[in-house]
Amino acid sequence: METPRERWIGRDAGPVVRPYAMTRGRTRTRGLVLDLVTVLVATGRPPGERVWLSREQRALLELCRRPSTPADLASETDLPFRVVQILLEDLHHYGLIEEVQQARQADRPDPRLLMRVLDELRRL
Amino acid sequence: MNFAASDAVPTAARDDDVPLHTLKILVAGGFGVGKTTLVSAVSEVRPLRTEETLTDASTGVDDLRGVEGKTTTTVAMDFGRITLSGGVRLYLFGTPGQERFWFMWDRIAYGAVGAVVLVDTRRLTTSFASIDFFEQREIPFVVAANVFDGARRYSVEEIRDALDVDPHVPVVLCDVRRPDVAKSILVTLVEHSLHQAGY
Repeated sequence: METPRERWIGRDAGPVVRPYAMTRGRTRTRGLVLDLVTVLVATGRPPGERVWLSREQRALLELCRRPSTPADLASETDLPFRVVQILLEDLHHYGLIEEVQQARQADRPDPRLLMRVLDELRRL
Repeated sequence: MNFAASDAVPTAARDDDVPLHTLKILVAGGFGVGKTTLVSAVSEVRPLRTEETLTDASTGVDDLRGVEGKTTTTVAMDFGRITLSGGVRLYLFGTPGQERFWFMWDRIAYGAVGAVVLVDTRRLTTSFASIDFFEQREIPFVVAANVFDGARRYSVEEIRDALDVDPHVPVVLCDVRRPDVAKSILVTLVEHSLHQAGY
Protein backbone atom coordinates (compact mmCIF):
# COMPACT_ATOMS: atom_id res chain seq x y z
CA MET A 1 0.00 0.00 0.00
CA GLU A 2 1.22 3.42 -0.81
CA THR A 3 1.48 5.70 2.17
CA PRO A 4 1.00 9.40 1.55
CA ARG A 5 4.22 11.36 1.60
CA GLU A 6 2.62 14.22 3.44
CA ARG A 7 -0.77 15.20 4.77
CA TRP A 8 -2.43 18.36 3.61
CA ILE A 9 -4.88 20.31 5.67
CA GLY A 10 -7.01 22.20 3.23
CA ARG A 11 -5.90 23.41 -0.12
CA ASP A 12 -3.76 26.33 0.88
CA ALA A 13 -2.22 25.08 4.07
CA GLY A 14 0.74 23.38 2.46
CA PRO A 15 2.49 20.33 3.85
CA VAL A 16 2.27 19.74 7.59
CA VAL A 17 6.04 19.54 7.85
CA ARG A 18 7.14 22.95 6.67
CA PRO A 19 10.25 23.09 4.51
CA TYR A 20 12.27 25.03 7.07
CA ALA A 21 11.66 22.25 9.57
CA MET A 22 13.44 19.84 7.25
CA THR A 23 16.34 22.23 6.98
CA ARG A 24 16.36 22.90 10.73
CA GLY A 25 15.41 26.51 10.27
CA ARG A 26 17.83 27.35 7.51
CA THR A 27 16.47 29.17 4.53
CA ARG A 28 19.56 29.43 2.37
CA THR A 29 22.83 27.62 1.85
CA ARG A 30 25.93 28.81 3.65
CA GLY A 31 28.13 29.06 0.63
CA LEU A 32 28.10 25.99 -1.55
CA VAL A 33 26.36 26.92 -4.76
CA LEU A 34 24.83 23.91 -6.39
CA ASP A 35 23.40 24.52 -9.79
CA LEU A 36 20.23 22.72 -10.79
CA VAL A 37 22.34 20.52 -13.05
CA THR A 38 25.56 20.05 -11.06
CA VAL A 39 26.36 16.32 -11.12
CA LEU A 40 26.78 14.88 -7.63
CA VAL A 41 27.82 11.43 -6.50
CA ALA A 42 28.18 9.71 -3.13
CA THR A 43 31.81 9.43 -2.03
CA GLY A 44 31.16 6.10 -0.30
CA ARG A 45 32.75 7.35 2.91
CA PRO A 46 30.84 6.40 6.06
CA PRO A 47 29.29 9.29 7.97
CA GLY A 48 31.34 10.37 10.97
CA GLU A 49 30.21 9.19 14.38
CA ARG A 50 28.78 12.52 15.39
CA VAL A 51 27.00 13.10 12.10
CA TRP A 52 23.25 12.86 12.30
CA LEU A 53 21.37 12.54 9.04
CA SER A 54 17.68 13.22 8.62
CA ARG A 55 15.40 10.85 6.78
CA GLU A 56 15.45 13.18 3.77
CA GLN A 57 19.24 13.36 3.80
CA ARG A 58 19.55 9.60 3.97
CA ALA A 59 17.19 9.35 1.00
CA LEU A 60 19.26 11.88 -0.97
CA LEU A 61 22.50 10.11 -0.11
CA GLU A 62 21.04 6.81 -1.24
CA LEU A 63 19.99 8.37 -4.57
CA CYS A 64 23.47 9.83 -4.99
CA ARG A 65 24.99 6.37 -5.14
CA ARG A 66 24.27 6.89 -8.81
CA PRO A 67 25.43 10.27 -10.14
CA SER A 68 22.54 12.66 -10.03
CA THR A 69 21.74 16.36 -10.21
CA PRO A 70 19.89 18.53 -7.67
CA ALA A 71 17.08 18.91 -10.23
CA ASP A 72 16.76 15.12 -10.55
CA LEU A 73 16.94 14.72 -6.78
CA ALA A 74 14.27 17.35 -6.12
CA SER A 75 12.02 15.75 -8.69
CA GLU A 76 12.53 12.26 -7.32
CA THR A 77 12.08 13.15 -3.66
CA ASP A 78 9.34 15.70 -4.40
CA LEU A 79 11.08 18.13 -2.06
CA PRO A 80 11.39 21.82 -2.94
CA PHE A 81 14.60 22.61 -4.75
CA ARG A 82 15.83 25.07 -2.15
CA VAL A 83 15.39 22.49 0.60
CA VAL A 84 17.28 19.91 -1.44
CA GLN A 85 20.10 22.43 -1.96
CA ILE A 86 20.47 22.98 1.78
CA LEU A 87 20.34 19.28 2.64
CA LEU A 88 22.88 18.50 -0.07
CA GLU A 89 25.20 21.18 1.26
CA ASP A 90 25.26 19.32 4.58
CA LEU A 91 26.05 16.03 2.86
CA HIS A 92 28.83 17.76 0.95
CA HIS A 93 30.14 19.34 4.15
CA TYR A 94 30.23 15.90 5.83
CA GLY A 95 32.23 14.54 2.89
CA LEU A 96 29.47 12.17 1.86
CA ILE A 97 28.89 13.52 -1.63
CA GLU A 98 31.08 15.31 -4.14
CA GLU A 99 30.71 17.11 -7.44
CA VAL A 100 31.58 15.28 -10.64
CA GLN A 101 33.66 17.74 -12.59
CA GLN A 102 32.25 18.58 -15.97
CA ALA A 103 34.38 19.34 -18.99
CA ARG A 104 33.97 23.04 -18.51
CA GLN A 105 32.12 25.23 -16.08
CA ALA A 106 31.36 28.48 -17.78
CA ASP A 107 28.58 30.87 -18.47
CA ARG A 108 28.07 29.19 -21.85
CA PRO A 109 28.26 25.49 -22.69
CA ASP A 110 31.19 23.96 -24.56
CA PRO A 111 30.49 24.29 -28.32
CA ARG A 112 31.80 20.77 -28.97
CA LEU A 113 29.24 19.43 -26.54
CA LEU A 114 26.54 21.47 -28.25
CA MET A 115 27.51 19.99 -31.62
CA ARG A 116 27.14 16.50 -30.18
CA VAL A 117 23.76 17.41 -28.76
CA LEU A 118 22.68 18.82 -32.10
CA ASP A 119 23.62 15.62 -33.93
CA GLU A 120 21.72 13.52 -31.45
CA LEU A 121 18.62 15.70 -31.33
CA ARG A 122 18.41 15.53 -35.11
CA ARG A 123 18.58 11.75 -34.95
CA LEU A 124 15.94 11.37 -32.23
CA MET B 1 48.72 7.26 -28.30
CA ASN B 2 47.85 10.71 -29.43
CA PHE B 3 45.85 12.39 -26.72
CA ALA B 4 45.76 15.71 -28.52
CA ALA B 5 43.70 14.22 -31.29
CA SER B 6 41.09 12.77 -28.99
CA ASP B 7 37.78 14.43 -28.42
CA ALA B 8 38.22 17.01 -25.70
CA VAL B 9 34.85 16.07 -24.27
CA PRO B 10 35.54 13.00 -22.12
CA THR B 11 33.65 9.91 -23.20
CA ALA B 12 35.29 7.44 -20.83
CA ALA B 13 32.18 6.28 -19.05
CA ARG B 14 29.98 4.54 -21.53
CA ASP B 15 27.10 3.99 -19.16
CA ASP B 16 24.55 6.22 -20.84
CA ASP B 17 22.47 6.33 -17.72
CA VAL B 18 25.14 8.21 -15.80
CA PRO B 19 25.07 11.96 -16.34
CA LEU B 20 28.49 13.30 -17.25
CA HIS B 21 27.53 16.42 -19.12
CA THR B 22 24.45 18.35 -18.20
CA LEU B 23 22.95 21.20 -20.16
CA LYS B 24 20.07 23.53 -19.41
CA ILE B 25 17.45 24.96 -21.69
CA LEU B 26 14.92 27.47 -20.42
CA VAL B 27 11.34 27.59 -21.58
CA ALA B 28 9.83 31.02 -21.03
CA GLY B 29 6.50 32.57 -21.76
CA GLY B 30 3.38 33.83 -20.07
CA PHE B 31 0.75 31.83 -18.28
CA GLY B 32 -1.11 29.33 -20.44
CA VAL B 33 1.14 29.70 -23.44
CA GLY B 34 2.12 26.04 -23.65
CA LYS B 35 5.29 25.67 -21.54
CA THR B 36 4.08 22.55 -19.79
CA THR B 37 2.92 21.06 -23.08
CA LEU B 38 6.27 21.71 -24.75
CA VAL B 39 8.31 20.29 -21.89
CA SER B 40 6.16 17.20 -21.51
CA ALA B 41 6.09 16.60 -25.28
CA VAL B 42 9.80 15.82 -25.29
CA SER B 43 10.46 14.55 -21.83
CA GLU B 44 9.65 12.19 -19.03
CA VAL B 45 9.84 13.75 -15.58
CA ARG B 46 7.35 15.43 -13.31
CA PRO B 47 7.35 19.10 -12.40
CA LEU B 48 9.71 20.43 -9.82
CA ARG B 49 8.50 22.24 -6.75
CA THR B 50 10.42 25.27 -5.68
CA GLU B 51 9.78 26.77 -2.30
CA GLU B 52 11.02 30.18 -3.26
CA THR B 53 9.28 32.53 -0.91
CA LEU B 54 10.27 30.50 2.12
CA THR B 55 13.76 31.93 1.89
CA ASP B 56 12.94 35.44 2.77
CA ALA B 57 9.74 35.03 4.72
CA SER B 58 11.64 35.63 7.95
CA THR B 59 13.65 38.61 6.83
CA GLY B 60 11.32 40.06 4.26
CA VAL B 61 14.13 41.55 2.28
CA ASP B 62 13.54 40.77 -1.33
CA ASP B 63 11.37 39.54 -4.10
CA LEU B 64 8.18 39.19 -2.15
CA ARG B 65 6.40 41.92 -4.02
CA GLY B 66 3.12 40.64 -5.24
CA VAL B 67 3.15 37.51 -3.15
CA GLU B 68 2.90 39.02 0.32
CA GLY B 69 -0.56 37.72 0.89
CA LYS B 70 0.13 34.25 -0.37
CA THR B 71 -0.35 31.48 2.14
CA THR B 72 1.49 28.80 0.23
CA THR B 73 4.99 29.25 -0.99
CA THR B 74 5.32 26.56 -3.57
CA VAL B 75 6.02 27.53 -7.13
CA ALA B 76 5.76 24.78 -9.69
CA MET B 77 8.44 24.72 -12.31
CA ASP B 78 8.09 22.61 -15.41
CA PHE B 79 11.02 20.25 -15.53
CA GLY B 80 11.99 17.86 -18.25
CA ARG B 81 14.95 15.73 -19.13
CA ILE B 82 16.23 14.25 -22.36
CA THR B 83 18.93 11.62 -21.99
CA LEU B 84 21.30 11.43 -24.92
CA SER B 85 24.16 9.01 -25.47
CA GLY B 86 27.54 9.34 -23.80
CA GLY B 87 26.09 10.58 -20.54
CA VAL B 88 24.74 13.82 -21.99
CA ARG B 89 21.58 15.03 -20.36
CA LEU B 90 19.55 17.95 -21.53
CA TYR B 91 17.38 19.54 -18.86
CA LEU B 92 14.43 21.75 -19.66
CA PHE B 93 13.17 24.25 -17.11
CA GLY B 94 10.02 26.21 -17.60
CA THR B 95 9.44 28.71 -14.87
CA PRO B 96 6.60 31.08 -14.25
CA GLY B 97 6.64 33.96 -16.68
CA GLN B 98 5.50 36.67 -14.33
CA GLU B 99 8.06 39.28 -13.49
CA ARG B 100 7.81 38.59 -9.80
CA PHE B 101 9.47 35.22 -10.34
CA TRP B 102 12.44 36.55 -12.21
CA PHE B 103 14.80 36.22 -9.29
CA MET B 104 14.63 32.51 -10.11
CA TRP B 105 15.54 33.05 -13.74
CA ASP B 106 19.00 34.49 -13.21
CA ARG B 107 20.09 31.44 -11.28
CA ILE B 108 18.61 29.03 -13.76
CA ALA B 109 19.95 30.91 -16.77
CA TYR B 110 23.58 30.70 -15.73
CA GLY B 111 25.41 28.41 -18.13
CA ALA B 112 22.28 27.64 -20.12
CA VAL B 113 22.31 26.70 -23.79
CA GLY B 114 19.59 29.27 -24.29
CA ALA B 115 15.87 29.78 -24.10
CA VAL B 116 12.70 29.06 -25.99
CA VAL B 117 10.31 32.00 -25.65
CA LEU B 118 6.83 30.69 -26.30
CA VAL B 119 4.34 33.26 -27.50
CA ASP B 120 0.60 33.24 -27.97
CA THR B 121 -0.24 35.32 -31.05
CA ARG B 122 -3.44 36.49 -29.38
CA ARG B 123 -1.46 37.97 -26.49
CA LEU B 124 1.91 38.98 -27.88
CA THR B 125 2.51 41.68 -25.28
CA THR B 126 2.81 39.05 -22.55
CA SER B 127 6.07 37.92 -24.17
CA PHE B 128 7.83 41.28 -24.31
CA ALA B 129 9.24 40.98 -20.82
CA SER B 130 10.75 37.54 -21.42
CA ILE B 131 12.34 38.70 -24.66
CA ASP B 132 13.84 41.74 -22.92
CA PHE B 133 15.21 39.52 -20.19
CA PHE B 134 17.18 37.31 -22.58
CA GLU B 135 18.23 40.15 -24.87
CA GLN B 136 19.66 42.12 -21.96
CA ARG B 137 21.65 39.14 -20.70
CA GLU B 138 22.75 38.11 -24.20
CA ILE B 139 21.30 34.65 -23.69
CA PRO B 140 20.54 33.02 -27.05
CA PHE B 141 16.82 32.51 -27.56
CA VAL B 142 14.34 31.48 -30.20
CA VAL B 143 10.74 32.62 -30.44
CA ALA B 144 8.19 29.86 -30.91
CA ALA B 145 4.68 31.05 -31.67
CA ASN B 146 2.29 28.39 -30.49
CA VAL B 147 -0.56 28.27 -32.97
CA PHE B 148 -3.73 27.80 -30.99
CA ASP B 149 -6.83 26.37 -32.58
CA GLY B 150 -9.08 29.16 -33.75
CA ALA B 151 -6.45 31.88 -33.48
CA ARG B 152 -5.86 34.10 -36.48
CA ARG B 153 -2.83 32.99 -38.48
CA TYR B 154 0.06 35.39 -38.69
CA SER B 155 3.20 35.07 -40.75
CA VAL B 156 6.60 34.72 -39.16
CA GLU B 157 7.45 38.20 -40.43
CA GLU B 158 4.35 39.72 -38.89
CA ILE B 159 5.22 38.15 -35.55
CA ARG B 160 8.86 39.22 -35.81
CA ASP B 161 7.79 42.80 -36.52
CA ALA B 162 5.25 42.85 -33.73
CA LEU B 163 7.78 41.54 -31.22
CA ASP B 164 10.57 43.73 -32.60
CA VAL B 165 13.22 41.02 -32.22
CA ASP B 166 16.57 41.17 -33.99
CA PRO B 167 16.59 39.69 -37.51
CA HIS B 168 19.05 36.96 -36.46
CA VAL B 169 16.69 35.60 -33.79
CA PRO B 170 14.84 32.55 -35.16
CA VAL B 171 11.05 32.84 -35.10
CA VAL B 172 9.02 29.69 -35.74
CA LEU B 173 5.33 28.88 -35.87
CA CYS B 174 4.46 25.64 -34.16
CA ASP B 175 2.02 23.36 -32.43
CA VAL B 176 3.88 22.42 -29.26
CA ARG B 177 1.66 19.41 -28.66
CA ARG B 178 3.53 17.50 -31.34
CA PRO B 179 6.72 15.84 -30.05
CA ASP B 180 8.51 16.23 -33.40
CA VAL B 181 7.76 19.95 -33.32
CA ALA B 182 9.08 20.33 -29.80
CA LYS B 183 12.25 18.51 -30.85
CA SER B 184 12.74 20.71 -33.90
CA ILE B 185 12.41 23.83 -31.75
CA LEU B 186 15.24 22.51 -29.58
CA VAL B 187 17.33 21.83 -32.69
CA THR B 188 16.72 25.41 -33.83
CA LEU B 189 17.79 26.71 -30.43
CA VAL B 190 21.00 24.67 -30.25
CA GLU B 191 21.89 25.73 -33.82
CA HIS B 192 21.24 29.35 -32.89
CA SER B 193 23.27 29.04 -29.70
CA LEU B 194 26.22 27.63 -31.66
CA HIS B 195 25.85 30.34 -34.26
CA GLN B 196 25.90 33.00 -31.55
CA ALA B 197 29.09 31.47 -30.21
CA GLY B 198 30.68 31.89 -33.64
CA TYR B 199 30.23 28.38 -34.99
